[in-house]
Amino acid sequence: MHGLVDPLLVSVLLFNLFILGTSRLQAVVNGSAIQGVLLGVLTLCVHQTLGFWAILFTLVAILIKAMLIPGMLLRALRDAAIRREVEPFIGFLPCLLLGALGTGAALVFAGTLPLAKEHAGSLLVPASLATVWTGFLILTTRRKAINQVVGYLLLENGIYIMGLTLVDAMPYMVEMGVLLDLFVGIFVMGIILNHISREFSSMDTARMSALKE
Amino acid sequence: MLLALVLVPLAFAGLAALIRSSHTRPWLLPMGGSVHMALAAIAVLGPAAPENAWLGLDPLNRVVLGFLSLLFFLCSIYARGYLALRTSQPARIFTASLFVFLAMLTLAVEAQHLGLMWVAVEACTLSSAPLLYFNQNPRSLEATWKYMLIGSVGIALALLGSYFLAYSALRGGMSTSLFFRDLVREAPHLSHPWLRAAFVVLFVGYGTKMGLAPMHSWKPDAYGEAPGLVGALLAGGLTTCAFLAILRFFQICIAANDVAFARKMMMTIGLLSMAVAAVFMVRQRDYKRMLAYSSVEHMGILVLGVSIGGWGLFGSLLHLINNGLTKGVLFLAAANIHRAYGSKRVEDVTGVIRRLPITGVLFLAGFFAITGSPPFGPFFSEFTILRAAIAGGHYFVAGLFLTLLFVIFVGMSSTVFGIVQGEPSAKAVASGYKDRFFTTAPIVAFLGLVLLLGIYLPAPVNDSLRRAADFIEMKR
Repeated sequence: MHGLVDPLLVSVLLFNLFILGTSRLQAVVNGSAIQGVLLGVLTLCVHQTLGFWAILFTLVAILIKAMLIPGMLLRALRDAAIRREVEPFIGFLPCLLLGALGTGAALVFAGTLPLAKEHAGSLLVPASLATVWTGFLILTTRRKAINQVVGYLLLENGIYIMGLTLVDAMPYMVEMGVLLDLFVGIFVMGIILNHISREFSSMDTARMSALKE
Repeated sequence: MLLALVLVPLAFAGLAALIRSSHTRPWLLPMGGSVHMALAAIAVLGPAAPENAWLGLDPLNRVVLGFLSLLFFLCSIYARGYLALRTSQPARIFTASLFVFLAMLTLAVEAQHLGLMWVAVEACTLSSAPLLYFNQNPRSLEATWKYMLIGSVGIALALLGSYFLAYSALRGGMSTSLFFRDLVREAPHLSHPWLRAAFVVLFVGYGTKMGLAPMHSWKPDAYGEAPGLVGALLAGGLTTCAFLAILRFFQICIAANDVAFARKMMMTIGLLSMAVAAVFMVRQRDYKRMLAYSSVEHMGILVLGVSIGGWGLFGSLLHLINNGLTKGVLFLAAANIHRAYGSKRVEDVTGVIRRLPITGVLFLAGFFAITGSPPFGPFFSEFTILRAAIAGGHYFVAGLFLTLLFVIFVGMSSTVFGIVQGEPSAKAVASGYKDRFFTTAPIVAFLGLVLLLGIYLPAPVNDSLRRAADFIEMKR
């Protein structure tokens, strides 16, 4: 199982770049859902011993990351009948380049950090940093509220990967990452249940400028 | 007892969700607030809790718990009067959320475990969203969206920082405990590069929740659009919890004997927050946003005091209380003004002293207090920080501190005097809002406490603050 960790992490990184480079919102949401599944499988691979709780939390993580949140986002997309991100603050190609540069930098930087011996040479820490960076890029460069939620999901996925380094040593730490998901889930659900999904999903955050100096 | 402090508000939240009558429900708030305060008083004044519990009281959170409970109690009295005026808004979720918010604040303060504290702060953010969205209009939606998005990023970073800290313990080959007392005890063995990375990320994460510049951008919108009562609770409560978290990590850095970088970072961010607030407070046309920037300023003062250390840290803890109480005066008074004039813009609001004599005087006094005029409490705590800065040889910092305080005083005074003086408009006179017991008595109480802390610092308060400062700096 341990041998699968690095290939899975490479796929996570590839999906980062895919999400950065595409304008179709549906593809972006689907990309984040697949990344959620990958992370779920990754959780199973990282565990030294598989107990009941490990499997339960993996299932909950997949359920939330890959089904619940993407499902709600897709529904919001359908309601609002919008399909594409228009005019991001930074274009798709420059964004993709920045993402690739960030990934490279994360690899180099993680090499300089003092890692525990079981993580030396593993991709866990660099993949985590690169995914956090991608999340920030999307959060700051996209206008559509849905895209910002996806950016946040990526940020969170990156943090979740960092949590995986602690899986055997520290109890409760990875589970906290799942809680973070739950948090966003409730947050997005609250917005949808408040019958403002139409306004919310087509929401161009650049037009949210009633409140300013 | 400590668990009861969390469970009782939750029970009240359930009760608030069940009660249908909007005449009975608001009474729950003062009831719940007083029960919580009574329990908190027993816990704070009582003997120390058993060791190695998830919830526990140490000298630091003892002070914070007492203060928060008092803050909520006074706000809950105000809430009773406020909700009676706003019967058109759905108050059931609002009331229940207020209690959940109180429960989670209490949990965050009492938590002795890194993870538990993080979960509680996350839950605080979540439960405060319905509070911000109370008015249910596009402006409050925008404010809530920004608050949640930026707040979530802050919380996510705080989790990343917690992972870094845990990794630093793992790399140091330590036991796997993330209880604060264990982390502090074994801090010398932490891996220093990871500890520094952890502190930076945690400071940015919890600093976002605290509203320090440059992560403050949610604050003016949130405080501007939320009911004044929520503004007082966020400015005095949520930010205090985030500050407590930062203090805990600061303590770990001190215990690890690797604190110079943390001090430098806090000093820079503290002065930056004050400077940003000063820029935006000059010619501010919206008096609630002005209060939000004032909150940014005072968060800056808090971390600045901590970065100086010694008496600066003591001053900072005292300022935490002074600022929270004074913000109670200002936000609640601003809410009354908003009710009477139906506008937050300086152009529409004149002659508050004539239109609302009690609120007007309280607002003016609150302004003098928050800008550090004697004899109010904030003067005393800011002066303590200033003295510590000079005694520590930080002459440049002290000079900048004074200059920024002066600029903010001038900037704020033009807005405040603009709305307090003059003749009230015909529309305001016709609005029918009057100062009543429930909407003014809590403000008078807040101001009384601010004045008391300025004139005479009671010995028990002084001692517990001193102990809290010694606890953080590991001088015992």
